[in-house]
Amino acid sequence: MAGNKDSVARTLTVAFLVCLVCAVVVATAAVSLRPVQQKNQTLDRRVNILQAAGLYQPGMDVEKAFKTIDRKFVELDTGEYVDEPDSYDQLKAAKDPERSERLDPEDDIAGIKTQADVAEVFLARDDAGKLTRIILPIRGYGLWSTLYGFMALEPDAKTIAGLGFYQHGETPGLGGEVDNPAWKALWQGKKIYDEDGDIAIQVIKGTVDSGTPNAENKVDGLAGATLTSKGVSHLVRFWVGAKGFGPYLQRMQNGEADNGADDDGETGGEA
Amino acid sequence: MAEKTKDLLFGPIFDNNPIALQILGICSALAVTSNLSTTVTMCIALTLVTAFSNFFVSTVRNVIPSSIRIIVQMTIIASLVIVVDQFLKAYAYGISKQLSVFVGLIITNCIVMGRAEAFAMKNAPIPSFMDGVGNGLGYSVLLLCLGFVRELFGAGSLFGIQVLPTTADGGWYATNGLLLLPPSAFFLIGFFIWAVRTWKPEQVEEDTFKMKPHTRVSDAF
Repeated sequence: MAGNKDSVARTLTVAFLVCLVCAVVVATAAVSLRPVQQKNQTLDRRVNILQAAGLYQPGMDVEKAFKTIDRKFVELDTGEYVDEPDSYDQLKAAKDPERSERLDPEDDIAGIKTQADVAEVFLARDDAGKLTRIILPIRGYGLWSTLYGFMALEPDAKTIAGLGFYQHGETPGLGGEVDNPAWKALWQGKKIYDEDGDIAIQVIKGTVDSGTPNAENKVDGLAGATLTSKGVSHLVRFWVGAKGFGPYLQRMQNGEADNGADDDGETGGEA
Repeated sequence: MAEKTKDLLFGPIFDNNPIALQILGICSALAVTSNLSTTVTMCIALTLVTAFSNFFVSTVRNVIPSSIRIIVQMTIIASLVIVVDQFLKAYAYGISKQLSVFVGLIITNCIVMGRAEAFAMKNAPIPSFMDGVGNGLGYSVLLLCLGFVRELFGAGSLFGIQVLPTTADGGWYATNGLLLLPPSAFFLIGFFIWAVRTWKPEQVEEDTFKMKPHTRVSDAF
């Protein structure tokens, strides 16, 4: 090769060419693989929704199982159904000041800072079209990270049927035990409200003694993960509370929100 | 030539293991070995990246100005890692979610950078490629050993299939939780190095200084 290998012009040329070639390679890979990746993400999300609802079995046909689940949109302030396009992304909306509300630190026990005006809900139905599960997306801060997950409720909108997180960065073996199936199973059948109708569900420290009053409102804490347990407790209380799905659940309990599978006006399409 | 290729490929497995002798790439060895399926994925990804980064760096080694050689190597390595990451997201989504940031962190894995700088900058593309594969294999052997021990005794399973019935499921095996935490890999790497050096004493470094015997003896009281 002619010329000085270390000249300024040569250095700039090499740097430019290396960047150009690498950029083309990376861009090609990213663009050509995107459709497959998006399909994976959707599938993953659906699996998580089914798992929270307790409808998932390994190896099942997720697409088919998802046909029985309605995706709807709820205006959180009023609890009424609204229309949104299929592509609506609640997490993106929460970051958009036009479509979200900044939470007061006092209300914001889940530590999520902004709340989208409209949230998605998933309604699972049996073959006869009867409502079997209400599945709500939830999120909140634990110890290190925001936990993202779904909570499934029985049709009475008062009893928890399942809970699961699909993304978090808690300590493996300690806070990471939120993924432990044995712990998740503890949530089944827990009641959100106490006898007076106040929100009473909480994760306590230690183990729940079934003889104590309000045992049906309490879930065992995770050993060695006090802050993660607290975070989960707060985020569940937040999402069933007034700033979360409170108004919607109220309407559900009064029987105003579920008008059957055949309702045509308000269906938001499928995820 | 054939002899040399064999050396390049299999030398790094025990004679010059990147983790056990060169002590490179420890961080990912701790992070991804708590179960075998992530371990295997990580091994394949790292071997591919090391081999191809060595190959490409070696191809352009004569035109890289020395003032920017590290950044050029870095760019090549980073691009390869991103491509691997994209493929994993597309075709092994579950595993890529478990590996999360550690695929991206292959960029900073000392083995990749170390081989690019130490070998590929001075050798032709094909031997460099072989050297990359060899070091990838050396890394993989150690990681697979760690993954095997950690998953078998930490969770009682291999590749997610239950082998030892755990007490949680009503069996007899009480799992060792420590093995699922990253520090346990340190102990295991230590044992591995001990074993290799007992077998191949030439790997033992000479002492950098000698302890003198106590020179003064005095009564306790």
